[in-house]
Amino acid sequence: MQSQLLLQLIINGLIIGTLYGVVGMCFVLIYKASQVVNFAQGEFLLIGAWTCWWLLTAWDIPFFWGFLIAVCFMMVFGIAVQMIILRPLIGEPIISVIMVTIGMSIFFQALMKWMFGTFAQPFPPIFPVEKVDVLGLQVQTAYLMSTGVSLAIMAGFAWFFKYSKMGLAMRATAFSQQVAQSLGISVRQVFALSWGISAAVSAVAGVVVGIVNGVSSALSYFGIKVFPAVILGGLDSIFGAVVGGLIVGLLENLGQYVDSQYLKWGNLYEVIPFYALIIILMIKPYGLFGTRDIERV
Amino acid sequence: MAEAALKLDPVAETGPAPLLAVDNIEVVYNDVILVLRGLSLKVPQGQIVALLGSNGAGKSTTLKAISGLLKTEDGEITRGEVNFLGEKINGIEPDKIVRRGIFQVMEGRRIIADMTVLENLRLGAFTRRDNEVKSDIERVYEFFPRLRERTGLAGYLSGGEQQMLAIGRAMMARPKLILMDEPSMGLSPLMVKEVFAIIKKLNVELGVTILLVEQNARVALSVADYGYIMEQGKIVLDGSAQMLATNEDVKEFYLGQGGGEERKSFKNLKSFKRRKRWL
Repeated sequence: MQSQLLLQLIINGLIIGTLYGVVGMCFVLIYKASQVVNFAQGEFLLIGAWTCWWLLTAWDIPFFWGFLIAVCFMMVFGIAVQMIILRPLIGEPIISVIMVTIGMSIFFQALMKWMFGTFAQPFPPIFPVEKVDVLGLQVQTAYLMSTGVSLAIMAGFAWFFKYSKMGLAMRATAFSQQVAQSLGISVRQVFALSWGISAAVSAVAGVVVGIVNGVSSALSYFGIKVFPAVILGGLDSIFGAVVGGLIVGLLENLGQYVDSQYLKWGNLYEVIPFYALIIILMIKPYGLFGTRDIERV
Repeated sequence: MAEAALKLDPVAETGPAPLLAVDNIEVVYNDVILVLRGLSLKVPQGQIVALLGSNGAGKSTTLKAISGLLKTEDGEITRGEVNFLGEKINGIEPDKIVRRGIFQVMEGRRIIADMTVLENLRLGAFTRRDNEVKSDIERVYEFFPRLRERTGLAGYLSGGEQQMLAIGRAMMARPKLILMDEPSMGLSPLMVKEVFAIIKKLNVELGVTILLVEQNARVALSVADYGYIMEQGKIVLDGSAQMLATNEDVKEFYLGQGGGEERKSFKNLKSFKRRKRWL
């Protein structure tokens, strides 16, 4: 029974970890392209999930289409946020931009509470069976779907940055905005697109978590959980974000196991990622995969 | 004889409109620092034009004013016009200027260190929509065979190879005009020769017009058709490359060849320089 519980928690950790990884990638995407630390990342999950929930409950749209519309809406939303709120701030001190994202976080959080209320709302049932058996373990169908979707998104990101023209342009912009412009890349377009992709992909994660836990403002805590993940992985590494996400997901669940079995403190689940963060940053200040620049003249 | 005379003055006043015409521009950085004060130059189609001058004369600023990259450094053209193919291009975003056919190879190469050679080349073709990118990459490899073997990150290339990659990246954009800023910077004399041979080849074989900024006046004049010499934000002398290479003042100041056999005292040299300053 003990090992059964441990295995279950490890599986949970990996599933949650891939979700952290996906949101972490979105976070890193914005940071790499425009050097903005986006404190409103969690709100992107929240808005995406509420949009999808609203489409499903108020309009009776099938899940697939509601999901698709919500993701497209978030893409437009992300681009709009960049163009309307952040573009005028280009050239301002980075601390001002960060304060603005904190402001956005508070504003959207309150807006969602005002529009949809403060209570968690469950999604209408989407899958015919709620749980499926995987190797003798009970796994929520939504989580199974989430893992599939997360892996697909990760593969998509890898392809995008390695082979697509726009992905290369984003990497060039991350390297140097001036060099990017000298190559004919519109830096404004790259910024807008990075916010759009980030918001859309975050919405996917938001919907998945919303299906399992219900939609409420608790969703935006995901944005805070993602911090240790991306800093662990190195703030400027997309791959690092994925690894960091998996580590944080596993640590949380293992922490819960140790806590419930031996320590009985009752809160290790919440804080253990941050302990790990401190230890890893003491050993590797750039994070696990953060890059130091190649210097060669 | 007639041919030689013609070559001395290739930019006749009555000739066809030049590809690029910079007309009396004034450039100010940060709203206060005046860098270019009424600079004019012409780059005719199909030629290599050299822009020479000492440190701080404003050579790089001139190139950035043409390519629009001035904007990224808080600089601005406050007076005058830059005309390309008969259209005014100052004030346009730098990425749109690339689309019109002007590509700048920036000082210090500025290749993307954390990408491979191939990715750098593919980015050079960012503005293109045709499907001949593959064959163009092949052509770059024909120009620079040693780049083909380099599969690692571009940041680990040698200085000369990085310069080749920077030029190859410019070729990928198929520009009408390449602005080159100090291609000889930090290269060994042998590598400088190789790079300039390539620049000449680019001009002759692909018909690309080149505006070349150089500290190394000798090698620049050896490939150029026409040259401009600038000092303190102004053109002080211009003429065909041969004319400049044989000009006594240019020899004295930029080619390091003093007139006469007698040994010079440093004191005399300084006073001579002061007297001959073109201002």
